[in-house]
Amino acid sequence: MSNRRPYVRSMDGWWKRDAYFVSYMAREVTSVFVAAYAVVLLFGLVRLGQGEAAFNGWLQYLKTPWMLVFHVIVLAVFCYHTWSWFKIMPKTMPIMFVGGKRVQPGTITGTGLAAAVVACLALLFIVGGVS
Amino acid sequence: MKRSNEPIFWSLFGAGGMLAALVGPALVFITGIAVPFGLVFKPETMSYAHMLALSQNWAGKIFILAVIALFLWHAAHRIHILLHDFGVHAVTAVRVLCYGGAFAGTVIAAYTLLMIKA
Amino acid sequence: MADTEKIIEIEVLRYRPEQDKEPVWQSYKVPFTDDMSVLQGVQYIKDYLDETVSFRWSCRMAICGSCGMMIDDKPKLSCKTFLRDYYPGKLRVEALKHLPIERDLIVDATDFITKLESIKPYIIPKEERTLAQGEYLQTPEQRDMYEQFSSCINCMLCYAACPQYGLNPKFTGPGILALMHRYNADSRDGGQAERNELGYADEGYWGCTAVGYCSEVCPKGVDPANAINQNKMNSAINYFTRFVTPGGADK
Ligand code: SF4
Ligand code: FES
Repeated sequence: MSNRRPYVRSMDGWWKRDAYFVSYMAREVTSVFVAAYAVVLLFGLVRLGQGEAAFNGWLQYLKTPWMLVFHVIVLAVFCYHTWSWFKIMPKTMPIMFVGGKRVQPGTITGTGLAAAVVACLALLFIVGGVS
Repeated sequence: MKRSNEPIFWSLFGAGGMLAALVGPALVFITGIAVPFGLVFKPETMSYAHMLALSQNWAGKIFILAVIALFLWHAAHRIHILLHDFGVHAVTAVRVLCYGGAFAGTVIAAYTLLMIKA
Repeated sequence: MADTEKIIEIEVLRYRPEQDKEPVWQSYKVPFTDDMSVLQGVQYIKDYLDETVSFRWSCRMAICGSCGMMIDDKPKLSCKTFLRDYYPGKLRVEALKHLPIERDLIVDATDFITKLESIKPYIIPKEERTLAQGEYLQTPEQRDMYEQFSSCINCMLCYAACPQYGLNPKFTGPGILALMHRYNADSRDGGQAERNELGYADEGYWGCTAVGYCSEVCPKGVDPANAINQNKMNSAINYFTRFVTPGGADK
């Protein structure tokens, strides 16, 4: 008879076990705020479709202190999203060589972050210019 | 082995994540902080007339739909994984809830934009 | 070297299936010198303090891959980790996480080995060549595409680092998917279609949520997270184009 009795450990609370897992979960939790922000925009769009009075109501709603607090948090979360998105980016790219040299992960992350800064500035300028 | 259908959701997740990473911070700053509280931009930046004009133009329609729908699909995918990570194993229910929500949001946004005529 | 003897406390997670219902911590006081690895510390316990402590090891030089364990909750090769780095505190050693404990620090590697065999971890020649035709040639650039992924020593540290494997052991897991990529990425190999039947499944690349810790703990710089995630794009392209590519559709 075999005395084997392999013991399987529980995974409960696994993400608290290591700082690395905590930052992974933080990255995943950003999605809740992305969803909340999209819902706010969706409401604005629906209100827009309902006419001027409805839309102005939504605009007024954005000016409440709670919505300001909400958006400040969302802004911070989006910045973390941008950072974590490009940080993991090198893992998603095939091995590449430029001029015989391996493209380093830091280069990919840096390029991505630079692109985000440019895109954000561009959007700010376009909106600033149009209005 | 059964081929996974993940590519559909993963592609939407990736597109939304990329869009959010590139323009998300600026967008939140504009719509949530700067314009409502009168910073940086002119107060009428998001006025009814301006936003109506934006949503009447095809490029504007596509931009609005891309932001709302792709953000929702991006989030739906991650929330779905998050629940799995926290040990919620009602796989089908979680999927229906997450992706169903994103789908509903997409339909509402697309319908509203189609109804806004020039 | 005037060595005043230093003593470090090592806590070992014991599990003796014939007597322990569940694992229990047991503490040992181990005299050590600065050049001693954690493995040597555990060996000291077995040789001088408690011969019932079980663990695996072989090469003592980070190449056989058998001495992996959780050291203060991080997956590490115990022969490559030094006691001095934990002194004057204590340290805890435990069998690799996410794998069943067979006994004390020994895990049951059956699942890993079964999966390893299942991915055809050998070159399936793209074209049959006779001896007279000579060897299969490869340029240094072609070699670079897979070389890092071929450095795996099957130590399973990445499995202990992968929560997705811990949550769902059906997931093929980092090390083996990296090895699968190693062969798929070899210019001499023609077995991609066969291997990717698993790769494109939920148990394959798609079981990964890009946590990335596997790459962090790998003692050989394999970067399994990269091996897996760069294939998601290929898998997605294949998913959408399979009906328009000759032979691409599911059989
Ligand atoms: S990929 Fe690295 S950590 Fe994983 S089994 Fe191979 S050598 Fe060990
Ligand atoms: S004993 Fe061989 S890797 Fe540590």
